[in-house]
Amino acid sequence: MKRAWVANVALICMLPVVAIWASMADEPFIITLATKVAILALAGVGLNMALGQGGLVSLGHAAFFGIGGYAMGILASHAQSYTPLLEWPMLIEGSNSMPVIWLLALVSSGLAALVIGALSLRTNGVYFIMITLAFGQMFYYFSISWPAYGGEDGLAIYMRNGFPGLNTLVPLHFFGLAFAVLLVALALATLIGRSPFGLALNAARQSSERVETAGIRPYRLQLTVFVLSGMVTGLAGALFADLNRFVSPSMFSWQTSGEIMVFVILGGVARLCGPLAGAALFILLEQLLGGISDYWHIFLGALLLLIILFARGGVMGLIAGPGERAHV
Amino acid sequence: MSPVLIAEQVLNGVQSGVVLFLMAAGLTLVFGVMGLINLAHGSLFMVGAFAAAGVASATGSFLLGLVAALAAAAAAGALVEVLVLRRLYAREHLDQVLATFALILIFSEGVRWVFGSFPLFLDIPTALSGTVSLPGGILYSRYRLALIATGLVVALGLYLLIAHTRIGMQVRAGASDREMIAALGVDIGRLYTVVFALGAALAGLAGALVGAIQSVQVGMGEPVLILAFVVIVIGGIGSIKGAFIGALLVGLTDTLGRLFLPPLFALFMDSSAAATVGSSLASMSIYVLMAIVLVLKPSGLFGART
Repeated sequence: MKRAWVANVALICMLPVVAIWASMADEPFIITLATKVAILALAGVGLNMALGQGGLVSLGHAAFFGIGGYAMGILASHAQSYTPLLEWPMLIEGSNSMPVIWLLALVSSGLAALVIGALSLRTNGVYFIMITLAFGQMFYYFSISWPAYGGEDGLAIYMRNGFPGLNTLVPLHFFGLAFAVLLVALALATLIGRSPFGLALNAARQSSERVETAGIRPYRLQLTVFVLSGMVTGLAGALFADLNRFVSPSMFSWQTSGEIMVFVILGGVARLCGPLAGAALFILLEQLLGGISDYWHIFLGALLLLIILFARGGVMGLIAGPGERAHV
Repeated sequence: MSPVLIAEQVLNGVQSGVVLFLMAAGLTLVFGVMGLINLAHGSLFMVGAFAAAGVASATGSFLLGLVAALAAAAAAGALVEVLVLRRLYAREHLDQVLATFALILIFSEGVRWVFGSFPLFLDIPTALSGTVSLPGGILYSRYRLALIATGLVVALGLYLLIAHTRIGMQVRAGASDREMIAALGVDIGRLYTVVFALGAALAGLAGALVGAIQSVQVGMGEPVLILAFVVIVIGGIGSIKGAFIGALLVGLTDTLGRLFLPPLFALFMDSSAAATVGSSLASMSIYVLMAIVLVLKPSGLFGART
């Protein structure tokens, strides 16, 4: 356990160290990469709640990622053009304040997760995978065919949204914000894992019959964690959109779902910092291999295959040892 | 909206349903027999389309292209089964999803590497170009009609193969009890490879047939794959009959939704808004269909196992 704890702390500290170093060395691109790692890790932490703790293999988390992104895009575009979002039944203005955007991202991705989860959890196993994938695709096609917010072309936002007390245009400030959100999500995931709710959820993953005999309905536990998971991923989507100042249907695409899952797996399923390790490795590979060959996805695919076939604990399994699966 | 237009769109719906059936049949067989969820099935569809386009443009023969598509997809399927998927049958679904996702990355980038990023085109053979006139004054593409006929023949052949041959018997037995038929002396490893190659060949055939009516490009397989998942969820996993009926339902819902929803909304909205809302909702119609089936029958219309 101790080794796992040290590995987690080292991994969490590494990211701000890199960002601060890059800030002193005047390398804004590296800060942006570190921010991207923090945000993608956040999306992975969200998925890992459903996947690692709940055992729910969702291939549709791009839906929540995209909803978060469009929450940012829609509010900010209305603020940008000074047009109200809604005039009836009540006046709702656009906004370029991150807390407001995050609230909308959390609420709307939570609602979407509630509906998708309520339908998908009627089944399990391979059906669940296919259904979540299909619902994700539904949002993808909807975002393409709905022309109000850019349709297929996506939506560009010219100014990064603001956060009270910070200048989000300074790369290090924005990194700090994303990193703080990641820490909160990691703390939430830890709390859930240790709470009675998390214990019951883990038990439900291992044997839903036993949990049912103990008088707990697995469906409710799973739906709750699915909604929480969707909300965290939705928040990551809002931050990701702010990082790029751009949203497009590709945030909803099945590749996005697959990539979020790859972060979790590269790092190690059901490990607290697995998504962080996975996202960092993914961005590192993208930068290193992407520079060597345009076809770097071949190498990514091959590496992924090798990890799945031969190194099942992922990166955290290699550096932190097999101990951490204790809360699993 | 004339009856002729509606009849044409019904035929288009059946045609896309037939393509979905070719994809879904392979997926559902592989899941039913090996318990494997294969995301890379869309890559086999793509391999078939590229093989057909490559061979047809080199030889000038569409028929040779079709043969190449079947052979290339079956060979790619068998190779992948022997090298990778065989190790995953006993693993949890998560591992299967990720390994086959990794295979998609490898296949897509590999094909892009070999053929480049530009789409290829596969010409409709001259014997099948043009239109035929059907009863009722309907003019319909000869090629699409041939595509429907091919799909129906394959469906019939598949039914006969599964229901009335020795290998079909082994497939059905394998789906209900793997250990038992292995104990009865069936070479289960070989059976798996054969079933996988058969499913792959069907996907390759679908890819080649569709390749002549749309462009052949990297990433063409995955949208069809996800629709095939919707088909399987609706029809029930492991059921060929369910795949057939589900595929037709999905094909028709999609096409007719696009035809009818915009004018439906125009009844109570102004026409430009109706076109927007109608077409946006039409893009969601099959998923709504899937949701309805899930509420009524969580294991699909003909699902045996969950």
